[in-house]
Amino acid sequence: MSYEELARMVLKGDRRSIARAITLIENNHPKTQQMMSQLYRHGGNAHIIGVTGPGGCGKSTLVGKLVKEFRHKNKTVGVIAVDPSSPFTGGAFLGDRIRMQELSADEGVFIRSMATRNNLGGLARATKDAVCVLDASGKDVIIVETVGAGQSEVDIIKVAHTILVVLAPGLGDEIQAIKAGIMEIGDIFVVNKADRENADRAVIDIRTMLEMNSGKQEWKPVVVKTIAIEGKGVSQLVEKIEEHRKYLEKGAFASKRREQVETEFFEVLRQKIEESFLNDLKKKREFDKILEKILAREVDPYTAAENVIAKKLKNNKD
Amino acid sequence: MNQERKIRVLIAKPGLDSHDRGAKIVARALRDAGMEVIYTGLRQTPEQIVETALQEDVDVIGLSILSGAHTTLFPRIMELIKEKGLNDVLVFAGGIIPEEDVPEMKKIGIKEIFGPGTPTETLVKYVKENVKKKI
Ligand SMILES: Nc1nc2c(ncn2[C@@H]2O[C@H](COP(=O)(O)OP(=O)(O)O)[C@@H](O)[C@H]2O)c(=O)[nH]1
Ligand SMILES: [Mg+2]
Repeated sequence: MSYEELARMVLKGDRRSIARAITLIENNHPKTQQMMSQLYRHGGNAHIIGVTGPGGCGKSTLVGKLVKEFRHKNKTVGVIAVDPSSPFTGGAFLGDRIRMQELSADEGVFIRSMATRNNLGGLARATKDAVCVLDASGKDVIIVETVGAGQSEVDIIKVAHTILVVLAPGLGDEIQAIKAGIMEIGDIFVVNKADRENADRAVIDIRTMLEMNSGKQEWKPVVVKTIAIEGKGVSQLVEKIEEHRKYLEKGAFASKRREQVETEFFEVLRQKIEESFLNDLKKKREFDKILEKILAREVDPYTAAENVIAKKLKNNKD
Repeated sequence: MNQERKIRVLIAKPGLDSHDRGAKIVARALRDAGMEVIYTGLRQTPEQIVETALQEDVDVIGLSILSGAHTTLFPRIMELIKEKGLNDVLVFAGGIIPEEDVPEMKKIGIKEIFGPGTPTETLVKYVKENVKKKI
């Protein structure tokens, strides 16, 4: 199937084509970019929800219940669940679906597991593109689940409009979360496993922390208690999610989108510029010559870099 | 950026078996061999298994069964696989499948059957040698 045909089928919501398109993205297939340029203009309609937090706090269970709640409201839902690849073997065990299996026969739901493939920089890009595929396919809500473990995970989740930070009582998660820098990015905080002791304590701790951080932002992050395995608190959580969406639609949406698009555009531009200059240099073996001149101190790195740029720009004009 | 392909495998447990030690051992072995293994837990219906394979765009499905329900569940799974056009997916099975059922299982499209106690290296080698990489 050609990428145009694939893109066309994705727009029609064909499930197999959606799956295929995400594989192209994951494999960084040469045709990915052309496919994405067909899909991009059809995106922008979905509400994208990021779910992050430490492993084992109940994210996947909660995502399963959130999907059910959105389905009750007649919304179609896409889920992307990201799990780490082993740094040693490159393999991955992707088990998030275990908690979502009752959804897999529902035509209004599409779930995809993605491994990090030890390429966290590239992963943020791949996740964005996969979200774009689901968006273009017409899903109303897209949920991205990732383990909150560091800066790169934060980058991944930033594709979202509404970010849920999930914690569980008694695991010292709060401290972990601060370390990973995920406290700052949460729009809604979820204390899951509220059937356990110390859930109220955790809620108070988080509130205190949020108050210390609270600047002049208009949206005050909220804290919600859930028992995901029993589905308790989930409808309240969805209410908060919709409240946040309404808040965004009143104006913050536009500025948030603009910020995200700016970041994305600069990232891509930088990457393209880098590729285009480096490919040229390496093709012509000029690279070694320049390095030798710098080594011999005939020229400094700054001047050398400027010369390379000037030369390329001149060549392009000719 | 370089193109990166990975073998994606779904390990699925149809039927009413009450434990999944075997399936998990297989899943782990394939992961340790560098594959991406999607595991979905116990008691999956044929519809759930095939829909998951489709959404996850896997290259391989490994079915694990102990209960003896393979004679009804496996034909249904293979039927759905054909219906959804997942024709180049490699399907193998493991668990307890009596010798006399093997020819029938192979006839419906299950490419290989591994009895209990098959060394995981055998499985890994089999998957690597028989998978059809699509992209
Ligand atoms: N007690 C309790 N256990 C839960 C709750 N939610 C999830 N779990 C369990 O926590 C474990 C990890 O859940 P999972 O959703 O996989 O967490 P994840 O790693 O954050 O995605 C599973 O055994 C769940 O059954 C809850 O509200 N209460
Ligand atoms: Mg999970």
